[in-house]
Amino acid sequence: MKKAKVLILRTAGTNCDCETQAAFELSGAVAERIHINALIEKKDKIFEYDILAFPGGFSYGDDIASGKILANEIKNKLGDRIKKFALSGRPIIGICNGFQVLVKMGLLPDPELFEQVSTLSYNDSDKFECRWVYLKTEKKIKNESNCVWTKNLPDIISLPVAHGEGKFIPDDRKLLDSLNENNQIVFRYSSKDGGKPEYPLDPNGSVDQIAGICSTAGNVFGLMPHPERYIFALQHPAGESFCRGYGWGKVIFQNAVDFVK
Amino acid sequence: MKCITDCKIIEILNLSDEQLIELSRKNVLSLSLEEMKTVQNYFKKLKRNPTDVEIETLAQTWSEHCKHKTLTGIIEYTEEKNSKKTRRIYNNLLKETIFKAAVELNKKWCLSVFKDNAGVIEFDSENGIAFKVETHNHPSALEPYGGSATGIGGVIRDILGVGLGAKPLANTDVFCFGDPDTEYSKVPEGMHHPKRIAKGVVSGVRDYGNRMGIPTVNGTVCFDDGYMANPLVYCGTMGIIPKDKIEKKVNSGDLILVVGGRAGRDGIHGATFSSVQLDQESDVSAVQIGNPIIEKKVLDTLIKARDLNLYRSVTDCGAGGLSSAVGELGKKTGAVVYLDRVPLKYDGLCPWEIWISEAQERMVFAVPPENKEKIVEIFERENVEAVFIGEFTADGKLTLIYEGDVVTNIDMEFLHNGVPKPTRPALCKIKEEKIQKPVEMSSSEISEALKASLSDLNVCSKEWIVRQYDHEVQGQTVIKPFQGNNVEVSGPGDAAIIFPYTVVRGTKKGIVLSNGINPQYGKINTYKMAASAIEEALRNAVAVGADIEKMSLLDNFCWGNPDEPEILGSLVRAANACYDMSKSFDVPFISGKDSLHNEYSIGGKKYSIPPALLISAMGVIENAANTFTMPLKNDGDKVFVLGTTRNELGGSVLAKIKNIKYGIVPDVHPQESKDIMKRIYRAASENLIEACHDCSEGGLVVAISEMAFAAGKGVKIDIDAVKTGKIKSQETELTAAEILFSESNGRFVVEVKPGNEARFGEILEDAVFAEIGCVNSDKGIVFESEKNKIKIQEAPEVLLNYWRSTINW
Repeated sequence: MKKAKVLILRTAGTNCDCETQAAFELSGAVAERIHINALIEKKDKIFEYDILAFPGGFSYGDDIASGKILANEIKNKLGDRIKKFALSGRPIIGICNGFQVLVKMGLLPDPELFEQVSTLSYNDSDKFECRWVYLKTEKKIKNESNCVWTKNLPDIISLPVAHGEGKFIPDDRKLLDSLNENNQIVFRYSSKDGGKPEYPLDPNGSVDQIAGICSTAGNVFGLMPHPERYIFALQHPAGESFCRGYGWGKVIFQNAVDFVK
Repeated sequence: MKCITDCKIIEILNLSDEQLIELSRKNVLSLSLEEMKTVQNYFKKLKRNPTDVEIETLAQTWSEHCKHKTLTGIIEYTEEKNSKKTRRIYNNLLKETIFKAAVELNKKWCLSVFKDNAGVIEFDSENGIAFKVETHNHPSALEPYGGSATGIGGVIRDILGVGLGAKPLANTDVFCFGDPDTEYSKVPEGMHHPKRIAKGVVSGVRDYGNRMGIPTVNGTVCFDDGYMANPLVYCGTMGIIPKDKIEKKVNSGDLILVVGGRAGRDGIHGATFSSVQLDQESDVSAVQIGNPIIEKKVLDTLIKARDLNLYRSVTDCGAGGLSSAVGELGKKTGAVVYLDRVPLKYDGLCPWEIWISEAQERMVFAVPPENKEKIVEIFERENVEAVFIGEFTADGKLTLIYEGDVVTNIDMEFLHNGVPKPTRPALCKIKEEKIQKPVEMSSSEISEALKASLSDLNVCSKEWIVRQYDHEVQGQTVIKPFQGNNVEVSGPGDAAIIFPYTVVRGTKKGIVLSNGINPQYGKINTYKMAASAIEEALRNAVAVGADIEKMSLLDNFCWGNPDEPEILGSLVRAANACYDMSKSFDVPFISGKDSLHNEYSIGGKKYSIPPALLISAMGVIENAANTFTMPLKNDGDKVFVLGTTRNELGGSVLAKIKNIKYGIVPDVHPQESKDIMKRIYRAASENLIEACHDCSEGGLVVAISEMAFAAGKGVKIDIDAVKTGKIKSQETELTAAEILFSESNGRFVVEVKPGNEARFGEILEDAVFAEIGCVNSDKGIVFESEKNKIKIQEAPEVLLNYWRSTINW
């Protein structure tokens, strides 16, 4: 059977591309790390891939605001292709800085609109912090959404966060309501038993504890926590595993790879 | 040689001794009279005066920072013990101690030792791992943020510049600061407040390390007023390199390519400035300006070019700038460089400034001419500037040309080997340490001392600092700086383990990183300080599952002014301890660095820092999954102490808190200690260890409390069951407080499941060990001595809070 092909887009300051590549490959895909200059040179190359990933890091040093410069660059130089890719239903993931890029170019929450309507701002603690947190999955939040990436997860999982600008803020109440109604909020920070978390388990003060959202079609997904850092049980602080030595992050990548098969 | 506008001829041929000294001082050359005279004689032979470029090149190359003149020079050492004097001459202290041990141990798995930018050992049949730790003390004193950022940036480039380039996998950092609660009125004039230094340094490491995408996984912070005006900032990087990329060479005719950042006026005289004492007049322009994103781009592209075999050699532009980098690469061949081709941040730099600028993020390559176009394309495709500035020759000379004029023409041989060997006297007066009066403390006093120890700056949680570092990026940090049974509670891990699965797919192996440092011991006895630091670094590694047979060490000496015989004498003793311990533990040193002249002046009076030796350890672990953490795991499990507890409170946390006079500094008993380390590894390979923690600052009581509160569990300990040993025959038995707070080396606390204790006991047979209690969450953390009528009982969350709340800025 043909293997799923993943494009991992990188640029100056991207730094989670290798582990994201490993995560996809361990899930049975072929993943390539491609520099944005190369993609701009051959724009239609993007359609040779089944999945698109925006990894974490500090693209262009996060100067101006996190992810902003890369978001503008992509929108200006590759905008129509990216939109077409998203609307074709192919899975797209943005992790941490990648999530910031998706939000700032407006591919999330609505790829059809493709305009920035929300932001990821400075943590309430006003500093970069790295720690493991609990995430309430959409099952626990509400009924299952269309999200391609978050199937087969239990009510609560844990993943590490590492960011200074992760506070999700939608432009207005109406948007927040529609995100809720459309089951687009797929991860929320929570306490161990699913209750409302206090800092530091709420690491950034996001509106409604939002940690990850998807498009209404469910193929475009962005989150602040790092699923690629929990592929193996031994990456968990207490070595927790769900089966055969794997971690919950693996399920997220596996879902997308299985989806495009 | 023609004089041109931008390049001055320096009159040196006819200068008197006084004038030579004045010239050295005025231009921050940091050269001694003898060295200046050597330069004078050289140019007398050439029958001309040098240019400013030549003088600056010599000063940078001959700086203490680049050449390590003191430790490789002649030392006349005198040791006084009970008014008996013994003398010894060292022709090269490093070669006769630390390096000698490595040569004698002759480990097959040591792939590159003391010759490149970092030490390299074998990881597996295909790969080596490289480790280097640097200091950036003076810059961090003047400009904490920029100083520490470029400190980490610099050591990362050491790893990029080892062999043909290693991929960085982890950073480490260790800092020594003054007391952050010092009153402002007590801070020396012109110096930053210690808290400002601490916060600036942490931010610098955070912003550079995080942007580079390298996890900062291990480190510590020591506080002492002696570091108030001269903080210590140690930055380390570990990387992985294919075995066939470890050797480098330069051929005549290879092109010189400079890649990355541009030269500017920042970091002029960094190398020579590091040998000058700090005072309020110190010049901030000696501090470099960092840009991690440029360095990240260099990292990405360098690895690509390496894997395409496009160059023959690479090194980093660090102290001394191009002068050091090109000088080093062209040592055996000679080199010609066109200074006007060097990319600049802005116009107006003089030729000598271009040549010695320590502007950051630059690497220098030796490129075979046939790869000229290919290699530049690799860099340019990712917007990295790469410019050819000259070539390696066959004439053995360093020739620099600026706008058609030859501004430097000196022999490589003189540049690298012309520096005269200084002779320095060193003196060590060995004083006998006395045991303190028996420390009798009531239960409540012990409780108070435990809380004070946990909140002591040198013991307390450094979480506020460590969480600002991304210690998980690359996804390979399997044993983390903070450890807890779930994500809410945490305790201090002993060492970090990196599982490099993204680079070596399918591997099971791990890489352990740990450290040992304790300046408090050095105030009394630098031999024991060094021995303790080595033992502590190894113990920390073993406490997470490392195999002592596959460990290697780095040394980093930070000392005061070596011109003072007693300060140099204390360093000689520490170096001897390194030799002795390396040999007895059978663990080689693979690289190291020294930073001397850590002194500052206040109102004309000079102060040297308390000597500090950081020992960093790196080792290979066969199975990264077969490792363990320090929090207690299950109620009902048994708790053991391995190793002998002796009456060793000299330099201890308790001694500081209770102001105890005298006390013996913890000694190291290598045979006993190594034996226990080996047995722990055996027990680990049979999966008998649930949790393990080393005993260090604060002693047994702190170690066990940390294990309990890190899990939110209780524990019941019988103090009387702890095995003690005597140092002197006439010694009285240890009191409960002495048992609890002694900082004797070589001890571990281990948790074992019921049912496994028999097998565990078999493995430990003949070693000193005792079962001293069990995990029991019913009554909190309990330490009891029936003999001494002592009972301490505390709730884990209360102790956790004491440990956590000191540093919360």
